[in-house]
Amino acid sequence: MEIVRSQRSRTNTPNDSVSTLPLYRYAPQLEVRLEDFEVFAMDRLRVLKGISDALARGKRPEEMENLVRDLWKANMRHPEASEDVNKDIISHFVLRLVYCRTEDLRKWFLSMETALYRYRFLLGSSEAKRALMEEFDLPCKAISRTEFENAKEKLEQVARSFDQPLPTADAIFYKVPFEEVPELVAGRRVYIHKGHAYVAMHQVVSLVVTQFRSNLSKALILTNRKWTSTIREQEKDRLTPIVEALSMSYLGPDYSQTKEFGEISIKDLDQLARSSFPLCMRHLFDKLREDHHLKHGGRMQLGLFLKGVGLRMEDALAFWKAEFSHKVGAERFDKEYAYSIRHNYGKEGKRTDYTPYSCQKIISSTPGVGDHHGCPYRHFSEENLRAALGRMGVGSRAMEDVVDKVRNRHYQLACTLTFEAVHSSSCDAGINHPNQYFSDSHKILQPKNNNAA
Amino acid sequence: MLIDGPKQGNVIPDGFNPNYLKVYYGRLFPHADIFKWMSYGNDGRHPACDKSYFGRREFSFTLDNDIYLRFQSFNSESELENSIKEKCPSKIDIGPVYSVDPAKRHAYAQGGDNVFAPVERELIFDIDITDYDDVRYCCSGADVCLECWPLMTVAIKVIDTALRDDFGFDHILWVYSGRRGVHCWVCDGKARRLTNEQRGAIADYFRVYKGNENSNKKVSFPGPLHPFLVRSYTEVLREFFEEKLLLSQNLFSTEERYEKILSMIPDESVTSELRGKWQENRRSSNSKEDINFFRWEQLKNTLQSGKQKVQGLRRCVEEIVFAFTYPRLDMEVSKHRNHLLKAPFCVHPKTGRVCIPIDPKDCEEFDPTTVPTLSELLRELNTGDSRMDVDNEWEKTSLGKSIRFFRSSFLQPLLKSCKEEMESGYKAKIQQTKNSLSW
Repeated sequence: MEIVRSQRSRTNTPNDSVSTLPLYRYAPQLEVRLEDFEVFAMDRLRVLKGISDALARGKRPEEMENLVRDLWKANMRHPEASEDVNKDIISHFVLRLVYCRTEDLRKWFLSMETALYRYRFLLGSSEAKRALMEEFDLPCKAISRTEFENAKEKLEQVARSFDQPLPTADAIFYKVPFEEVPELVAGRRVYIHKGHAYVAMHQVVSLVVTQFRSNLSKALILTNRKWTSTIREQEKDRLTPIVEALSMSYLGPDYSQTKEFGEISIKDLDQLARSSFPLCMRHLFDKLREDHHLKHGGRMQLGLFLKGVGLRMEDALAFWKAEFSHKVGAERFDKEYAYSIRHNYGKEGKRTDYTPYSCQKIISSTPGVGDHHGCPYRHFSEENLRAALGRMGVGSRAMEDVVDKVRNRHYQLACTLTFEAVHSSSCDAGINHPNQYFSDSHKILQPKNNNAA
Repeated sequence: MLIDGPKQGNVIPDGFNPNYLKVYYGRLFPHADIFKWMSYGNDGRHPACDKSYFGRREFSFTLDNDIYLRFQSFNSESELENSIKEKCPSKIDIGPVYSVDPAKRHAYAQGGDNVFAPVERELIFDIDITDYDDVRYCCSGADVCLECWPLMTVAIKVIDTALRDDFGFDHILWVYSGRRGVHCWVCDGKARRLTNEQRGAIADYFRVYKGNENSNKKVSFPGPLHPFLVRSYTEVLREFFEEKLLLSQNLFSTEERYEKILSMIPDESVTSELRGKWQENRRSSNSKEDINFFRWEQLKNTLQSGKQKVQGLRRCVEEIVFAFTYPRLDMEVSKHRNHLLKAPFCVHPKTGRVCIPIDPKDCEEFDPTTVPTLSELLRELNTGDSRMDVDNEWEKTSLGKSIRFFRSSFLQPLLKSCKEEMESGYKAKIQQTKNSLSW
């Protein structure tokens, strides 16, 4: 891409495919105005952010499809219709520059672009789908009549298990190595035999998306290398400031740096747990006090949260040791558990300073036997949830609203309503992160404490 | 000169201690077999052999004073053997094969090209009977007995069949973990090269039980079952539940126990109907056997009586059977390539039992209470026929059977297949070079 100032951009033919969904294989041979560089990127970022929010709120696939269509229409249209594809490609490549620079940025961008690609693919016509499949050069083969007859009973069982119509005699199925369709395998949405998955036409998106994701992931690493070695320096007066500004605006704080209000001490914890912890952390905290133990998932989720809240490592060690000593003894604590606490604070091993988990991460975890982590709005039975909310002081009217949100799988909205009920004040931004819950709570309660003093 | 009676003073008390271990590692532990396995054919002289392969594998040792040594690596069989004999670890773990020798990892960056990262690792599973504590009444915690061990047998059957029939894997090793569970090592090349995402997908394919004490319904089948679950149910689980577990765990014999099962039925009218019947029967003179069978039949009849309007009841019977019997895997072990797992033929420090392989085709015969212990093996060594001219001392002991099994049904077929893979890969490469050279 050539970035030029205020000139009419000359458009050559779009690089890749005929269908409107590009493959983003190569940076386009175009001239782009500097203003467009930034504006296109921000428009696309709005789409990606919209997708991110919707996923965090647990929207269903059908809702997502509509959402993506609307977001795309609202943001990615160009005044000159023929320029639509160029805007698409240019904005994607600009954002690659922005989001290639750290592991977290790459991960977020990869997830959102993959989700975007998935729904745009689904919104396309059968023609477009088939054409795109060929461009992607996928390792799949349509099965023969005989193979179909042999597998028919099993294919019907799979269809029935998801309330799908039974495959007709002329249904097309693709035989694909199971490694190519991990999400279909994970959800038991395909029949697998001797290492091959039998993928229905409507599931083919999974294949395309897996390839897309893999290609983009590799590309981002390469882009990062190029950025670090040449581009950043070359462009330090022109593109680099724009690129750096773009990445700040949309990810929000990750709570890895300690807060404005300073650190907290161990003696404050019980009080803070009651007043300012979100339900997930309060449950873990209470269970820890009760059982004097937590399994690994809980230790991670609560431990990192406390770090984000401002608990210093020395205090964290003392706190966990005091609890665990009741169950396993001080010596065993030092031997088996202290290491991983120091690890969380970046003082051991590869010294990564781990960031506290966001709601999205917590909601998607899978607590098993003996675990207490995860999102209670998702993982608790209604009965247990009501009891827990009651203990938090949520009144009966608000409780019904919360439970209603949970039934519709809007876990973060449920948590937001809980926050509002407990603090008697509104939370417009919605809860996305347990540490956000804590800091918002603290902001509300702190002035009250100061006034009381 | 020929007669060897029981030697005087051949008293080796039971237990586990460094002296025993020293003898074990010195004379019984199959170092050569582990080396051959971990080399996957790369220890030969074929031009396609990767000489660096074995040296890039991570091992970790737990020493007697709980010191934990990670990132141990060795360049030859003798290095491995000598280190084990010298350090005498109470536990040996096997990790992944990395991109470079783990000993040199500090020279490599975290990101970018020259990175220190896992490149190959067996697909592994860890099944621990303590995860079944909410459905077994005979034992809890680290204890295991012949009444509850069959839960492990069933898990092996279900998972092993799926790994072979569904995923197409061939080289699978099942190992007793030494106390209360089993490990599974899938060693096909395809399996070793799986990414974390693909491993997670396989683990999720196997996942049925979703819950803990905070949630209610642990197994839930909203729709008809996937072929894998159907096969598991009809070939293994139903029969096991109805003919073994019902009785061995007395699942319906007390109010507390049958209430647990009733809590899995989401319909008040059904549960109160059954509860009514069972409270009446409390003073029945039926023998214990009958009560469990009898009540299970009643439950099935009530649920399947055909006039079920409530959707959630259609597969309630299957849900109950799965809740009790379906394998419970530790997801995290399988999902991450850098997860370490205990090596076969280690000795478990708490039980003294050797982690021997289990034949999946014969797993019903496996008895954890008769697995050879360290002290037993040492006794056998002492009383063993010293005339026997054997290459390996383990042939004189009960470990012999396990090592022979390991070799014949796992290691040899695996190495044969590795060799074939290597040769065909090499041939293809040569062909390619030839083609690219042609004008």
